[in-house]
Amino acid sequence: MEKGFSPVGLRVLVVDDDPTWLKILEKMLKKCSYEGSLLLFLCFYTLGVHLLNFLCFCFNPLAVTTCGLAREALRLLRERKDGFDIVISDVNMPDMDGFKLLEHVGLELDLPVIMMSVDGETSRVMKGVQHGACDYLLKPIRMKELKIIWQHVLRKKLQEVRDIEGCCYDVGADWFTQAQFLGGGEDVSFGKKRKDFDFEKKLFQDESDQSSSSKKARVVWSYELHQKFVNAVNQIGCDHKAGPKKILDLMNIPWLTRENVASHLQKYRLYLSRLEKGKEIKCYSGGVKNMDSPPKDAEINSGHQSPGKSSSYAFLKATETDPKQLAPASVSDPTSGVHMPPKAKKTRIGYDPPNSSGVFDSLLPWNDVPDPLESKPPILYENSFLQQQPLPSQSSYVANSAPSLMQEEMKPSYVNEDEFLMPQDKNSTVILQDMDLSAPFSSNATSNTDSIPGSLNWELPEAHHSGSLDTDLDFTWLHGEHFFANSGLQNFQFQDYTSSTSLLSEPPPHLWYGNDRLPDPDEYTLMVDQGLFIS
Amino acid sequence: MQRQVALIKQSLFDQGYLDEQFMELEELQDDVNPNFVEEVATLYFKDSARLINSIDQALERGSFDFNRLDNYMHQFKGSSTSIGASKVKTECTMFREYCRMGNAEGCLRTFQQVKKEHATLRKKLEHYFQLARQAGPKETARRSK
Repeated sequence: MEKGFSPVGLRVLVVDDDPTWLKILEKMLKKCSYEGSLLLFLCFYTLGVHLLNFLCFCFNPLAVTTCGLAREALRLLRERKDGFDIVISDVNMPDMDGFKLLEHVGLELDLPVIMMSVDGETSRVMKGVQHGACDYLLKPIRMKELKIIWQHVLRKKLQEVRDIEGCCYDVGADWFTQAQFLGGGEDVSFGKKRKDFDFEKKLFQDESDQSSSSKKARVVWSYELHQKFVNAVNQIGCDHKAGPKKILDLMNIPWLTRENVASHLQKYRLYLSRLEKGKEIKCYSGGVKNMDSPPKDAEINSGHQSPGKSSSYAFLKATETDPKQLAPASVSDPTSGVHMPPKAKKTRIGYDPPNSSGVFDSLLPWNDVPDPLESKPPILYENSFLQQQPLPSQSSYVANSAPSLMQEEMKPSYVNEDEFLMPQDKNSTVILQDMDLSAPFSSNATSNTDSIPGSLNWELPEAHHSGSLDTDLDFTWLHGEHFFANSGLQNFQFQDYTSSTSLLSEPPPHLWYGNDRLPDPDEYTLMVDQGLFIS
Repeated sequence: MQRQVALIKQSLFDQGYLDEQFMELEELQDDVNPNFVEEVATLYFKDSARLINSIDQALERGSFDFNRLDNYMHQFKGSSTSIGASKVKTECTMFREYCRMGNAEGCLRTFQQVKKEHATLRKKLEHYFQLARQAGPKETARRSK
């Protein structure tokens, strides 16, 4: 048996409409987890504590979830945010193009995605790369290829570490990184999450008091912030005419620098161009409609257009190369362009739910399941927690239940999830992980302007209004506009508890580090021992 | 008995019905899934039958939507790679070529071949698995080479 690091401990989501391949891949991945190795573990030891962490969790059994439909996969991913480390998806699927799924996952969840296909045509592989796939495998897939998929997860983590380190504050830079465990396996039974959480709470509170003059703080593009950005861009009119300076002026956010806006604008443009390229454009009807037809990525376009209006249209025209698409674009855009902003706004505002469950509703859009989540106890917990309870009691609710769930997490809960619909203990731990971080600071969130919860909330009702197909549409639409808001959403939660004042009044430090914890040093040894034992 | 099973399997490889993928599947078979290969094969034949039906219907309609046909065949080919159905795969590739050329006649002809190879393989594998089961679990878990 060849020695090598295997995707042990990784939580893999496999998406393929071919049931035969699903079965095979599942077996292959599971097989990978039986083969562990200490060699690489020891190598990494020298690279630092956070990598050590990564490996610690890796020595837990791998969890494979299979999924036959792209939409189901998206639903799963959104439901269990941070529930997966990597996605492997086929390119050809009946309900949704694999590349589209790739885009969604990459933008919304920032997970590494591996594409696979029986077709190795250059154009397809190129398309995969352009859409952000971190690898492209040809079927039939070999074990040796699957054994090393962990590299993509690690690579992403390393990038995140570098990003965070790049914006470190003066004090506690080292342990800042340490605290930000970037492995995806936050639900590994490290057990001391509460403690870590308090530790980090303290850490961030301390850091928020310090000004980082020498190093740039990374701007967190929260939903609200991105919204302002988009509004500013739209106001200026044409995407390519909108310069960072103008946008900055319009946004009127004191701590935001021109550089922040410039880089965000660049990303935004890239995103837009990727959306528009190779896709047919359909009229945005103003409502949430099921315009789904698998070969066409209309919903993304329509969704994109709704907020972008003339600016995106102009930009679209500028980048449009495919003549086939130009025709419908030119026909539909003028009318849709006119209609969109008011309707879009209306849709948005109109959907503000009356409740003030603030920040936590940001988690809800991910749960765009048409069938009620109440049927699944662990997720029910999250749902009811999120939706029903007013913020103050939310925090206490979490505080009370967190310990018990911590204990749950202690037991190994890596059940192989053959039924993607089945809630596992892991789910609950994963979901609650999110709670842990944000809940106690809900009080901070309430002090924020209500516009933030309000504007976040609009995503939620849309999810529940439409059917399964529509919800993804909604989110493509929504996310088409707020793609950074999504990452911002997560950031938003975390930054809440660093700034007790309003979100926009002071620079939010970049605190996105996922829901992961650094185990205590003694836990390291524990993990090491376990790892030794396991392998 | 076991030797017979081994010989049959070897001939399947030699005659090009199966390729290395089948061996990979055998490698995956273990105590947890002692009948893994057979299960996969069953799944494949069930799924591919459905695809064949779809293609049949599409061809019968006579409209020759080559894009659609190509899509179906792409799926079918992908599926066929899963168990290493070598000859089937070859015919699939040919079919797709005809699709790309827009050659309806070629498509029809090749599809008959696809079906033929598919049916042949199915029979052979069914026979093989039957014997293997009779011969005992040891045989199926072992590599042929």
